[in-house]
Amino acid sequence: MIWELELVICIFLALSAIVALEVKDLLVAVVMMTVFSFLMALLFVAMGAIDVGFTEAVIGAGVTGILFVVVVFQTSRKSND
Amino acid sequence: MRRQFDSPIVLLGARLLSPYIMVFGWYVIFHGHYSPGGGFQGGALLAASILLMRVAGGRRVSRLQIREFATTPLAIIGVFIYFATGLTAMAMGGYFLDYEMLPLPGLDPPSLRYYGILIIEVGIGLAVMAILIMIFDNMVKGEDYA
Repeated sequence: MIWELELVICIFLALSAIVALEVKDLLVAVVMMTVFSFLMALLFVAMGAIDVGFTEAVIGAGVTGILFVVVVFQTSRKSND
Repeated sequence: MRRQFDSPIVLLGARLLSPYIMVFGWYVIFHGHYSPGGGFQGGALLAASILLMRVAGGRRVSRLQIREFATTPLAIIGVFIYFATGLTAMAMGGYFLDYEMLPLPGLDPPSLRYYGILIIEVGIGLAVMAILIMIFDNMVKGEDYA
């Protein structure tokens, strides 16, 4: 694997993680989490673990994104107590 | 709760994308024993295609695919396929999931292993798909997001 490409993927990985932690809108944080897991899947494939990368892409970018969106829609921002 | 609106573009995009994801899921399941992928990944892809329709189209559309009460029997069927294959091999004198001992006539041991793993993968895919859809349905609790 080309190390320049891995370096770029790692930089974008750290950037997406920081944005997901610091952003105010929760929906943006969910999208950044899916971007994070997709880049993680690319790194897994680059390191030769194709099966792990496949699972990470399907579960992390597909199913948990939808479940997080449902959780964001079912909770309110401000507490009522 | 956000304001609900009907967007034909979102529904059309989901309807265009969902069958291809489902076909790719079956491809991953049926090629899982000699290429990357397998029952879990294929089942998650099938569940992703159905969840996409549930998020984009709401209950009125997604009820046509799989109803809420059908997920539990599908999961039970998947687990039953898995354990029936394993316990059949055990009953024929081998170990648990010893595919060589499966009573399929006219097949040599490599072919028996081939088809045994295929049967297992189909069971795992069904169970994973049904349980992921069940988690989504129980989280939504009858509310509609489309």
